[in-house]
Amino acid sequence: MWDWAFTFEILPVLGRAAIVTVEATVLGFVIAATLGLLLASIRLAFPLAGVAVTVLVELIRSTPLLIQIFFLFFVLPKAGIVLDAFTAGVLAIGIHYAAYCSEVYRAGFENVPRGQWEASIALNLSSWRTFRDIILPQALPPVVPALGNYLIALFKETPLLSAIAVLELMQTAKIIGSETFRYTEPVTLVGVFFLGMSLISASMVRLLESWLKWRY
Amino acid sequence: MWIRMLAAMLAATLLLILLLSLNDEYWLFLPGLLQGAVLTVEITLLAAIVAIFMAFVAALAKLYAPLPIRWLSSAYIEIFRGTSALVQLFWLYFVLPQFGVSLDAFVVAVLALGLNIGAYGAEVVRGAIISVARGQWEASVALNMSRGQMLRRIILPQAFAAMIPPWGNLLIELVKSTSLVSLITLADLTLKAQQMNQTTLKTVQVFTLVLLIYLAISLTVTIAMRVLEQRAGQGMTRGKAA
Repeated sequence: MWDWAFTFEILPVLGRAAIVTVEATVLGFVIAATLGLLLASIRLAFPLAGVAVTVLVELIRSTPLLIQIFFLFFVLPKAGIVLDAFTAGVLAIGIHYAAYCSEVYRAGFENVPRGQWEASIALNLSSWRTFRDIILPQALPPVVPALGNYLIALFKETPLLSAIAVLELMQTAKIIGSETFRYTEPVTLVGVFFLGMSLISASMVRLLESWLKWRY
Repeated sequence: MWIRMLAAMLAATLLLILLLSLNDEYWLFLPGLLQGAVLTVEITLLAAIVAIFMAFVAALAKLYAPLPIRWLSSAYIEIFRGTSALVQLFWLYFVLPQFGVSLDAFVVAVLALGLNIGAYGAEVVRGAIISVARGQWEASVALNMSRGQMLRRIILPQAFAAMIPPWGNLLIELVKSTSLVSLITLADLTLKAQQMNQTTLKTVQVFTLVLLIYLAISLTVTIAMRVLEQRAGQGMTRGKAA
């Protein structure tokens, strides 16, 4: 049922694919975290544009990531923008989670007392300086654990990239399976990898959370 | 919250009307996609039943069962929350037959998605139960209620109200994750879209329509949960006033 020799044979191949998975996670999260902050800031600064951002965020949050990946991969070339599968996939994941992250940032901004804005006006600070030096440093630390949770969630969605044939873990496991007719080892190993990474990251997020609580 | 949802709904409806009136081609794809949407809704409903059942069983087991069963439910929750939904789907579809259990793709889809969302739901249920005020437990003990009575009559009704909003979010997650079943060859909305895209090459039309149909399904779930939430909330305030 379980073939150890076969397991050790495919381990290096899956290891290389795991690097692609981790790369996609990191790049996707960088896009999500920065674009999310941008969206939340737009909503804060321009109420009218904020409505458009709100609608966009709701649209992204209530439709499947898989469709969004297909959308970027198949529709953008029609507009003359040809992206390779990895770029399109990472971009889709980043934009999808940016919608979630923007809500997290928004909650962070709302947690900063209004008096901080008023005091900054009294001190004659420009609104950009107020945002950068007064509001952001207070809004960001409390939302870090929530962002960490979305990092883990994002990581667990990277197997979707296999649908547009990116050679990450799941796609590699599928290829090994179709070549050797043995799915047990590759698919199980992928599961074990995700479980291990998720547990490690979850405990790191919890550690960070208690550290932030102690510090602030 | 209401305003945001209405705005999104309004925007989606306007977009759909605009698309359908500007471009006749959209009508061509609608019947086939709606066929796929029926399967998507079926899988969502059945998986939701599995998820809610598993969530309650796992949460109650983790809270009140004897130790070995408690460990078992913790293991279920951690494994299904820790691995990817797609990996779980593939594991049930490709690996289970090797152990002699061959399931039909539809059953695999319902089971995998149900078990996945159920693991997240278990934490929701557990959180809602332990968030019921301690005094309620103590009062039930003082009234000489058995543990079953306590749970059934006092704790769970209050926990229900607290768990509806997070369940709403989870059910939206479920709707979205049904798109994964296309990868084990079930002809749901996503697979229909891919097939239509390949045969007609009308990529923009097909995928825009698909996004709007998923949006409609998600919004229906959101609105249904909102109504449920208000009902449960009403019961709570009546209880407090009396």
